[in-house]
This record gives sequence, C-alpha cells and structure tokens, in this order.
Amino acid sequence: MRRPGVTPFLVVLAPASLLFAIGTGSVHLGWAGLWRALTGNAPALDATIVWTLRLPRAAAAFAVGALLSLSGALLQVLLRNPLADPYVLGISGGAAVAALGSMLLGLGSAWLGLNAFIGSLASMAVVFGLSHMRGPWTQTRLLLTGVVVAAGWGAAISFLLAISPGSDVRGMLFWLIGDLSYANHIGWAYAALAAGLLLSLPLARGLNLYTRGELVAAALGANIGLIRTTVYVLASVMTATAVMLAGSVGFVGLIIPHLLRLLGDSDYRRLIPDSALLGGSFLVICDTLARSAMAPLQLPVGVITALLGVPIFLVLLTRARFP
Amino acid sequence: MTRLEARDIRLEIGGKSLCTDLNLALNAGENWAILGANGSGKTTLLHALSGLRVPTEGQVCLDGRDIRSQRPRAVALRRGVLLQESEPGLAADVMQTVLTGRHPHLSPWGWESPADHRMASAALAAVDLKEFAERSLATLSGGERRRVEIAALIAQDAPICLLDEPTNHLDLHYQIKILDLIATRSKRPGHLNVMVLHDVNLAMRFCSHGLLLLANGNHHHGPLDEVLDTRVLEQIYCCPFREIGSSGDRAFLPE
Repeated sequence: MRRPGVTPFLVVLAPASLLFAIGTGSVHLGWAGLWRALTGNAPALDATIVWTLRLPRAAAAFAVGALLSLSGALLQVLLRNPLADPYVLGISGGAAVAALGSMLLGLGSAWLGLNAFIGSLASMAVVFGLSHMRGPWTQTRLLLTGVVVAAGWGAAISFLLAISPGSDVRGMLFWLIGDLSYANHIGWAYAALAAGLLLSLPLARGLNLYTRGELVAAALGANIGLIRTTVYVLASVMTATAVMLAGSVGFVGLIIPHLLRLLGDSDYRRLIPDSALLGGSFLVICDTLARSAMAPLQLPVGVITALLGVPIFLVLLTRARFP
Repeated sequence: MTRLEARDIRLEIGGKSLCTDLNLALNAGENWAILGANGSGKTTLLHALSGLRVPTEGQVCLDGRDIRSQRPRAVALRRGVLLQESEPGLAADVMQTVLTGRHPHLSPWGWESPADHRMASAALAAVDLKEFAERSLATLSGGERRRVEIAALIAQDAPICLLDEPTNHLDLHYQIKILDLIATRSKRPGHLNVMVLHDVNLAMRFCSHGLLLLANGNHHHGPLDEVLDTRVLEQIYCCPFREIGSSGDRAFLPE
C-alpha cells in the first residue's frame, strides 16, 4: 500500500523549474522563442543563450541542490540529529580554505573547484579519523569532532579573508555564500548524484529502521556497519561535489529534508528521491531569482535560498500537526 | 526443544566481571525472567543473548549455531528484541514504526504488502492503539510509545522474544495486559520469551523459569518456583524479604 505523497508534484516541479530558469533573463525569448531554441530552429544568438548560458547553469543548480539536500537527509539520520546539514562535519570549511587559498594564489576556476573538492574530502578524512582514533564511533563524538574541526576551518577562513587584497575579497565572499556563476564539472556532479541515489536507495528501508536507533536497527537485521560507512562516504562525496560547483550554498541541505518530512515524507524510500527532486528544483528557482531579481546585478544564490527558505519553512513548521 | 543457548559465557564491562561461566539452555514453551540488582548485568546479558553484543568469553547459539555467525536478517526472523529505552527519532508516525517490525520479512526491494499492514494493525489493536495509527510518535505519552514498540515486536512475529523491562512506563493495567499478551505467545509451537524484570511478583505470575544474577558474578537458574526464596532475594537486593501465600500463589514483599 503506497500513498503517492508529494512525489508526482515534484516530478512536475523539476522540469517546470528548469523551464522557468531557461526562459528567464535579460534577453526575453517568450514561450515560442524558447520552444524554437530547444528544438533547434532559433536564431544563433537565442540558441547560444539557451544552450550554452542558461541551460548549463540551470543544470548545475539542479545538481547542486539535489546533492546538498540528499546529503542532508542522509546525515540527519546518520547523526540522528535534526540539525545536521551537509556542512555539519566541517566539509565546507575544508573546501573553503582550499578555495580561498586558490583565489589568493590566483589560480583559475577549474583549479579552484578541484581544490575545493580535495579540501572537503581532506576535512572529512580528518573528522572521520579523529572520531575513530580511540574507542568506538558514537554520533556525539562524530558530531563534536565535526563541529570543532569546522570552527578551526572558520578561523583559517577569517585569516585568509584578512590577508587577502580587497579586490579578491568580494569573490571570496560570493564563494562563501554560494554562487553558481562559475560552475563547471557538471558531468561529475550528475555522476555523483547518480551514485548517491543508486547506492542510498537500497539502504532506504534500513535507514527507516535507523531512525529508531542503531541497536533497534541491528536487532531487526539491518547491516549497521554498511549503512554507516555508505552514508558517510556518500554524503561526503556528494557535498564535496556540490561545493566544487557552487561554493558553500547554505540552507538547502538542512531545510529541504525537513520540509518533506513536514509534508508527510518520513519514509526514506520516498525521502531520498523526493529530496533530490525538491532540492534540485528549489535551487534552480533560487538561482534564477538570484541572477534576475536585481539584474544586471547578480546576487549570490545563497542569499536567495535563505530569503525564500526561511519564511516557507517557518510557515510550514507552525502549521504542521507534527511538533 | 532448545532454541537459545548460552555456552560458557562471561561478560565484562569496564573491567568488572558481571556474569561468569554461564551455561543456559532456553527451550520452546518457556518464559524466562532475568532478575538482578541495578548494574548486575541484566541488560548486557540480554544484548549478548540477542546477538547484539559479543560476550567477553563463550558464545550464544540460536538453533544450535553461533548467533554471531548467522546473517542478521535470518536471525531477525527468529528472534525479536525490545530494548530498555527508545531513542527519540526523527519524525515518524505510529503505523510506520510498527511496520519496521516487518523489515526482516520483506525482500530487499519489497514494500509492505496488505498482509504486512494487516499484521501491523492487528499488533496495534492487541496493545489497544488501533486509533493511533496515523498519530505522530512525538504526540504520544511514554506508556503509549512503549506499547507502540511492543506492537512493532509483535508485528515482527519472531518466535523468540527478548524483552528488557517490558513494563517500563506502563500503568498497572497494561503491565498485566502486556505481560499476559507476551507470555501467552510462548504457548505457540517453538516460541519462548526472556524478559528482564524488576518486579519479582510479576515474574512469579508470568514466568516459568528464572535467571538470578548476583552482584559477585554468580548466578542461579532453573524453574522460578524452585530458585526463588527469601534467602536468594536478600542476596540479590540486599534487603530483607517476607514471603506470603502458599505454593502456586506465592508473593514476596520487601521489608
């Protein structure tokens, strides 16, 4: 007995958000122009705008949003903490230090992304290693290690901002808030997303058990070691990939899974695909608003995710029947 | 028929030996009570018997084979565990929680069938929570949450159940009702229960056998009526006891 839930709505929302993104911008195309561009019958300029500017950016936004909210959903159950987001274990801090360092050294955007990826995985390895050094893994130990390591990265970020020339600081701040202007490596992002979905979906029922506690899940026959390792590695790689594309876009990873839970999606077999769909659509819409709301001025997308997300979330939270 | 067996078990926690040289055969049809003072190792032993903890020495056998060498899902089809306390989880409703009991019965990609839903509904009805199916766990009282967990254990439909203080948070009516529900299941072929209890008289009423853990790591076990007397209770709980009633209807009162 499966209830359809919100999934059908999200399946429609995802392409709709992409259409909204490629139809919006300083050059107005209209529905007809958009259709011609997508079917290859448009003037060269319109085709270029759609195929090489707007579509790649929208695709990047969708991947980043999907990666972040899926990581958030997975980490919330792994740490059994509703406040967990993809950055809670210091992953974004490591990436930020590597990215800002690259900017300070004047490396190109391709290097910047790669270094951010390496930085976040290095941070993940440090947190994992430290929380395993003595005694068994506990959620509290992992969480505390992550929070403290993140605080350390925070200090390093402030130091880098302080010693950087003023002309670099604006770009650094955009990166720290999250910005999709220079997103590349989109293929890798979709590869990470596909891996995340394919490897986490078989664990979905085990994750449902995990929400009742690790020992309950073990007693019901779930493979706890496999779940823990898979979720940790997947969430880390997915977050690192998202950060590589767009910097540390906040809020999506925390809010989207909870939004879905408030809408009645507490079964991980639904929550996993729904998180990816809603997170992706949400970031596509936010990014479109970020580049068009105050055009020609471009805002970092992280500003919009919070501006839109906070009121939506609060309204749902106060109206929900779940405490 | 012996289904669960402790072989030369020794348990140690924080350098303290809790239980030494324990050899125990638990047979179908039996209801076992584990009694002991706080910190005597009841929960640790229950986890070891469930296969959730590796004993410091010795092994636990389920149906003649080391429980740790069997696949967790195969084990979960035959033995269910009720833990002492539940952890507050993320949002979930009552029905969904009870349905988690069906996990070992489903294929890896399977969804719960109408039959699984019927079993979960029946389990909820058995603990008088049928109307609570759609409620969020967070809106329930402690005793109601305890009954939801017991319903999940019933839905799991495992012949061997290990329960850690099943009466936790339950009012007097439900202490009796739930223990009766659980103890009655041992009459089905191949079924047996092991429960950690603090109330000696509930143990006397619902259990056939007892394992008494002493503070020094020693233990007594056997038919409850034979192993339980004021002398051994005073040894366990370090306070004087008085026995009232006669055989078949005995009770012990702490003085």
